[in-house]
Amino acid sequence: MSFLTNLINGVSLGSVYAIIALGYTMVYGIAKMLNFAHGDVIMVGAYMCFCAMNYWGMSPLPGILVAVVVCTALGIIIEKLAYKPLRGATSLAVLITAIGVSYFLQNAALLIFTANQKSFTSVVNLPSLTLFGGQLTIRAIAIVTVIVSAVIMVALTLFVNRTKVGKAMRAVSEDKEAAQLMGINVNATISVTFAIGSGLAAIAGVLYLSAYPNLVPTTGSMPGIKAFTAAVFGGIGSIPGAMLGGILLGVIEILGKAYISTEMADAIVFAVLIIILLIKPTGLLGRAVREKV
Amino acid sequence: MKLGGIGPLTGGAAIYGNAHNNGSQIAVDEINALGGAITIEYKFEDDEHDAEKSVNAYNAQKDWGMQVLIGPTTTTPAKAVGPETNADRVFMLTPSASSVEVIDGLDNVYQLCFTDPNQGTASAQYISEQGLGTKVAIIYNNADAYSTGIYNTFADEAENVGLEIVSVTTFTDDSANDFSVQLNDAKNAEADLIFLPIYYGPASLILTQANEMGYAPTFFGVDGMDGILTVEGFDTALAEGVILLTPFNADAEDARTQAFVEAYQAAYGELPNQFAADGYDCVWAIYEALQEIGYTSDMTTDEVCEALIALFNGGFTYDGITGEGMTWDASGAVSKAPKGMIIENGAYVGLD
Repeated sequence: MSFLTNLINGVSLGSVYAIIALGYTMVYGIAKMLNFAHGDVIMVGAYMCFCAMNYWGMSPLPGILVAVVVCTALGIIIEKLAYKPLRGATSLAVLITAIGVSYFLQNAALLIFTANQKSFTSVVNLPSLTLFGGQLTIRAIAIVTVIVSAVIMVALTLFVNRTKVGKAMRAVSEDKEAAQLMGINVNATISVTFAIGSGLAAIAGVLYLSAYPNLVPTTGSMPGIKAFTAAVFGGIGSIPGAMLGGILLGVIEILGKAYISTEMADAIVFAVLIIILLIKPTGLLGRAVREKV
Repeated sequence: MKLGGIGPLTGGAAIYGNAHNNGSQIAVDEINALGGAITIEYKFEDDEHDAEKSVNAYNAQKDWGMQVLIGPTTTTPAKAVGPETNADRVFMLTPSASSVEVIDGLDNVYQLCFTDPNQGTASAQYISEQGLGTKVAIIYNNADAYSTGIYNTFADEAENVGLEIVSVTTFTDDSANDFSVQLNDAKNAEADLIFLPIYYGPASLILTQANEMGYAPTFFGVDGMDGILTVEGFDTALAEGVILLTPFNADAEDARTQAFVEAYQAAYGELPNQFAADGYDCVWAIYEALQEIGYTSDMTTDEVCEALIALFNGGFTYDGITGEGMTWDASGAVSKAPKGMIIENGAYVGLD
């Protein structure tokens, strides 16, 4: 029974990683850049929801909406100000800029909200689910997280495959120059990608903090790194891959903690990543793209 | 007389450094208002709870002309700054860096708080004497010297006093989010008391997650638990019944504690925690010691340091708000009695 409890906790943690990983993987797939500031957008989203609920007296749903709107706008602004001017630059320059944006967001939060820890008020106020006469307790937030991430995953897949904007995104990710020649507005498409990724980050932030309510300006960095790992694990650029990678990562982390060693859990996660990459260098669901010469 | 302080004003441990700074500032104001022969110039530098930055802060203080150091607030920076002060012969009294390694082998470094071994030993004795629990689970941060230090001595003493340790689990700063595994382990081992020798940040997560699991053992913390009630947004009902050992009680009846609490609330709008009281006591202890050595403004930092060492080792006694009749031994460790507190209705209440 304790195995089942651990498994459910793992899937729930993994679902949050998966939502964050979607942001990494979409941006990488389309703009071919690693947006390391993505983790800090999670933190901004969480602070916004916290402010909306605790200072402006909003109930959870409008609070989440505020967070999503602010983060979506933030994602577009970051892209316009920091990344767009570097469109033709080397990928290293863009990477360093992303790290700079990450530090900027963290320190701005430090200035505004101070380093004092805030305890996030969970947006899910339902009692835990108790099964098998009290032997199995599932936190309500765990169930909500899994459902929300499944819905997001389905909606995103439909969006990318069935809509015109989604088609444009796939085209840009395939070949930027050719897409431009075919009349696709590449800059607008990249902006949309950032907007969606950042909006998802806000939702991920709210879910993550509802489960683990320790809100400080560096809150986003660890889940950010884990989610990036999840994206690589599942094959960066692939949407189902990010989902699979995130959930596997969460399960491995929790089961590793429970059955091998609490202190080695992170080491186990990264060891599995290395093994997978040795066997399948593009990640679990990644496609090998041959470089055109 | 130039008194310097070092501690984290920003970063994850900022609550401790700010409390230390505020408490010390109140003591400095009180002393300067007395208008005695010694007046204190006071300056505080931020170290972000980082060893390297703490040494930089120490160098900045030395350039300023600091004669005695009160700080650093936390253990890891104090371990880095201690040897520097020893080489420069600057007297150092830390309010709350509680590891033995802070004072180990350094004749000029003293502590105002208990050392970690004392906290671990005292906690185990207290739990057994008061019959708070028989099956004990422990969750500690094994990436942190403070936490492991207390855990080690607690485990030793628990064996001596007949407490049964049924579950020991760990976490690190990077994995301080999900405690479901640790709590399930304790629950399956049927622990009736969980000992938490950790800071209040992760402790607040543990309390939240235990509540959601429907698991309600007695939680027993140490001085790092102090501060949990002031976390913004934290539902203090979750901390109901948490017991902690701390040397300071803001509800104490004596006039001096009440005057301090009143001044602190007027200046900073919150109840002082133990770190504020430690900071306050540090300044007063140094002031009383300076009076005893007959400090004059023409004494060099070296002379002040040697005179203070001789005094502290020679049976100097200080009565403060974190303990009566504090004395120090040559190692630099303080001797005073801890007080057990329980959280009731969102406030600390003395247990005995």
